[in-house]
Amino acid sequence: MRVTTVAGPPSVGKTSVVVKTATRFAAQGHKVGIVKFDSLSTTDDRVYQQAGLPVVVGLSGNVCPDHYFVSNIDDCLRWGIAQDYDFLIAESAGLCNRCSPHVQGVQAICVVDNLSGIHTPRKIGPMLKLADVVVITKGDIVSQAEREVFAYNVRLANPRAQIVAFHGITGQGAADLAAHMLTAPSVDTLEGRRLRFSMPSAVCPYCIGETAIGRDHQRGNVRKMCFGEPAR
Amino acid sequence: MTARLFSLTIGELAQRHPAVAEFLAGARALEAKPDIALGDWIDTLDDDQLGHLGMDRDGVASHLDALVGRLDGVRRAAELPLQSLTLQGGVDKAGRLERLDLTLVPGDVACIVGPTGSGKSRLLADIECLAQGDTPSQRRVLVNGRVLDRAERAAFGGRLIAQLSQNMNFVVDLSVGEFVAMHANCRMVSRPDQAVAEVIACANELAGETFGDDVPLTQLSGGQTRALMIADTAVLSSSPVVLIDEIENAGIDRRRALDLLIAREKITLISTHDPILALMGDRRIVIGGGAVVDVIAPSAAEKANLQALGRIDDELAQLRHRLRRGERIDVLPDALFSQ
Repeated sequence: MRVTTVAGPPSVGKTSVVVKTATRFAAQGHKVGIVKFDSLSTTDDRVYQQAGLPVVVGLSGNVCPDHYFVSNIDDCLRWGIAQDYDFLIAESAGLCNRCSPHVQGVQAICVVDNLSGIHTPRKIGPMLKLADVVVITKGDIVSQAEREVFAYNVRLANPRAQIVAFHGITGQGAADLAAHMLTAPSVDTLEGRRLRFSMPSAVCPYCIGETAIGRDHQRGNVRKMCFGEPAR
Repeated sequence: MTARLFSLTIGELAQRHPAVAEFLAGARALEAKPDIALGDWIDTLDDDQLGHLGMDRDGVASHLDALVGRLDGVRRAAELPLQSLTLQGGVDKAGRLERLDLTLVPGDVACIVGPTGSGKSRLLADIECLAQGDTPSQRRVLVNGRVLDRAERAAFGGRLIAQLSQNMNFVVDLSVGEFVAMHANCRMVSRPDQAVAEVIACANELAGETFGDDVPLTQLSGGQTRALMIADTAVLSSSPVVLIDEIENAGIDRRRALDLLIAREKITLISTHDPILALMGDRRIVIGGGAVVDVIAPSAAEKANLQALGRIDDELAQLRHRLRRGERIDVLPDALFSQ
């Protein structure tokens, strides 16, 4: 089973990208399964169902979404294999822009949009920098010059990635992305594999439900800001 | 990573390209250790700095290696000579086959006409993305008679086609000068400062009210924005194909803008409702219901009419100018009525 993880900031069009590409595979006779990770609630499972794509949803609730993802992704593979899928696509909510649990040896796609600002590619961490394919959406809304500069900045942030321009409404770019996804390695289990980059370490009282503010509650792994003279 | 790259100093490396300098500046390498070799600098990075970069130690080395390789590659990439662009029919909005097999060569100017919503912008978008049956029209666009493979498309690096869409807005929060400089850098223009000054001067020639390089992009008027987009395309772009969508809506001197944009060695496609622009083409592509329904070569009579329309247009421009100065138009010039 070919496995692809898809991550990206909220509202960039991850679901549209996956639906448009996965329905191409389905039309060619492949069996495609979807896992949708989100934090509090999602209605995207309905979008997948309407497109005729089987989907399971994982909601992380009060656990860090990316930690939740990595604790569950191998179970997703077992589910996909039991269902006899040819492709498993796991879409996850990239909420903090820093990490997204790209796994070594598993195809990783990062979705970003042209509207998010020209400097965004350099602000996004390993989610973008360590992806194999970067999909750029909403190119129809900005000028060609902005599109070009945005794609160039993505290239600087991740010189190794393949870049695919994608129009989520028309599906333009789906053929290109499908060609990339056909090269995703087949994977049967993730047992023993590693993340491409460590997740932020945050073991402190707030991780386990503390809500009070104050010095007394800042224990464990705490990092404090430095205040020098303000820059002028 | 190549040993040679490893042994270059931070300062030397920064001079290779602004993007490399920016990476090193972001990592605070440039101010702290310009004389240290890259390899030694990477060895000095602690966990905090690596965390800030979002990479592990090997990652920094391979990132810089890939970055330098990519930039050198783009710089070297000889522009693939364009001999022809071929448009092959897909389907119309009702799903009927489109009868289209049109090849354009450098020097060709083709105008696209048809009612609003008939699919003119779709045709331009198909060309821009080099559609391979993967757009709603299912058209195919061939370069030099064949489908470009992905590697070739990447080698072009998006430089094959320049497009002026109907989009009249910039969304980026930068000044005119900052943005054009950024664009010039990404096009690897040899003298970015000079190019920026040239783009702004050229835009000011097209727009009514002049603007400087320190104005935020988002504060430009519709006409100024369009003028800047046109000047940017004309000056910075070496793309052999230029797509222009309804330039007459821009509120700028459209004939002057076209003079800037149409170069003899390029293929130009212009979607338009304007009779003068439509008759300027060597060919007129007629669109209806989402498909090309005809391709017309202008007649000798049409070419003669183009001259007459040009004179009328000049008269109208004079009237427009007078109105803008607050004058009255009580009498119309005779030239508007003479044959």
